[in-house]
Amino acid sequence: MSINEREIILEARNVTKVFRTSKGRPLLANDSVNLTVRRGETLGIAGESGCGKSTFIRMATMLDPPTSGQILFRGQDVSGLRGEKLRAARRHVQMVFQDPGEAFSPRMKVKNIICEPLRNFGLISRSQVRKKAEELLAMVELPPEYAERYARDMSGGQRQRVGIARALALEPELLVCDEVTSALDVSVQKRIVDLLLKLQREKNITMIFICHDIALVRAFAHRTAIMYLGNVVEIVPGRQLGISPCHPYTEALRNALFDLDMDFSKPIEAIESEAPSPLDVPPGCPFSGRCGHCSDRCRTEKPALRDIAPGHQVACHLFD
Amino acid sequence: MLKVDNITVEYDGVPVLENFSLDLSTGQVVCLVGESGSGKTTVIRAILGLLPEGGTVSKGDILFEGKSLLHSEASYVESLRGRDITMIFQDSGAMIDPISTIGSQFIEYIRAHDRSLSKRQAYQRAAQMLTQMRLPDADNVMHSYPFQLSGGMRQRVGIAMAMTFEPKLLLADEPTSALDVTTQAQIVRQMMDLHIYHQTSIIIVTHNLGVAAYMSDLSDRILVMKKGRVVESGNREEILHHPKDPYTKELLAAIPTMEGEVYVDQ
Repeated sequence: MSINEREIILEARNVTKVFRTSKGRPLLANDSVNLTVRRGETLGIAGESGCGKSTFIRMATMLDPPTSGQILFRGQDVSGLRGEKLRAARRHVQMVFQDPGEAFSPRMKVKNIICEPLRNFGLISRSQVRKKAEELLAMVELPPEYAERYARDMSGGQRQRVGIARALALEPELLVCDEVTSALDVSVQKRIVDLLLKLQREKNITMIFICHDIALVRAFAHRTAIMYLGNVVEIVPGRQLGISPCHPYTEALRNALFDLDMDFSKPIEAIESEAPSPLDVPPGCPFSGRCGHCSDRCRTEKPALRDIAPGHQVACHLFD
Repeated sequence: MLKVDNITVEYDGVPVLENFSLDLSTGQVVCLVGESGSGKTTVIRAILGLLPEGGTVSKGDILFEGKSLLHSEASYVESLRGRDITMIFQDSGAMIDPISTIGSQFIEYIRAHDRSLSKRQAYQRAAQMLTQMRLPDADNVMHSYPFQLSGGMRQRVGIAMAMTFEPKLLLADEPTSALDVTTQAQIVRQMMDLHIYHQTSIIIVTHNLGVAAYMSDLSDRILVMKKGRVVESGNREEILHHPKDPYTKELLAAIPTMEGEVYVDQ
């Protein structure tokens, strides 16, 4: 069955999140985001700091409610859930963080870190912790004796494996990986990526993979959403990422990459200027102020995402 | 110009860098590439004489323009630091005092190294350097506090400061790793412009082989380090396309590229 026929696990419909600054100014962190993730699929989300990817996953993991719009989890609207219903729903969406060293209590043993979610939901008794921890450690290819260790005594790669074991302990429907490899050395990064791929193959795990490295996203994700200033500007099937035609911002990301296959005799093409603050999102296209193709229309009329090829959507007036 | 001659660096008796040598001529770039714990930062700290507490160069010597940096009087090394030899850190925000403006620190820095300049002259020099690093509205930056600038802007300020006295040698420790990709590209490019313009020699520490390959010409060198040792050295072409050491090969295989293998069936 092709991915497009599979069950939709998570769907974001016109999800908007507005924060207020201390002075009451609205900060548009997510502007009408529409995304879907299907069973067994990895959706990559790429973009630079401030693009709204963390805001989006806080809503996708039900940590924050959207200001408007809906988050549907297996067809059910979870954006308004509260109390016990919210807690029960959260069980199905688990997260792995960028720095597992920061995410774990320094006073907990690995077995308790891994099994804490199971204990929270009353799924195992205290006497079962050690055995369950060993099973989960085996799944992430760590030796059983690590159950009695503390996270601080482990390397970054080992801690990230513990983070994955903990996130998968509840057998979630959706695993959200937030820059899980960016704090790691490149050889360790590859091993973590290989582990996630293996687990996805074995367990048909659905993933959202947030990553600023577009070369890694391209290799890892079935589809990738590119975000800029709170907007999804492109959704592209995996390997086509950064291959023209694409959104001018995606092209800028691709050109700015120090890729081992690049032509080193040419100066790297870097867009000058910095992204505007999300407090000052320009009217019209969010990228208009930095785009080389910007026309009058781009400054006033915001382009919508539209299909330019099967599975490939771009929000840019150039594709009209 | 710089010769690092077979040095070993120890922390409390434990060697972290062993038998390391490096020759750098004027205008040349040397990239130290490796993963955490490989000793690459230790190299540039040893050159600057800024090893943390407990760290010593237990063997070998470091010569700058023929004169030992290890066995000269402290005042000589201090006179080089900040003028002939300068440094850029991963986060220039961390080296800037958070409660003074960029301008007051930049002026203080300039006047500490050139007593002949008045405050006004130092201000003008600083603003000129900021403009060269393509910071829009240098006056505004001069009056800003570090927290009011983005990471990329702070890093530009750090590079502007480091280039003020047209140093002979620039030591850069992961200068772009904390930045977004588009900012990284801008800053690497500007660093290279200044390097070419002033004929500054550069030693750059980076975990990003792509950045290393871009910054080094065929006459420059990339040193691949692992656990305190150089496992392979060569120019860009040799390292990327004809690696000999298994570790270099492993590193290259682990780096995803835009035209490389994809890991999932799509």
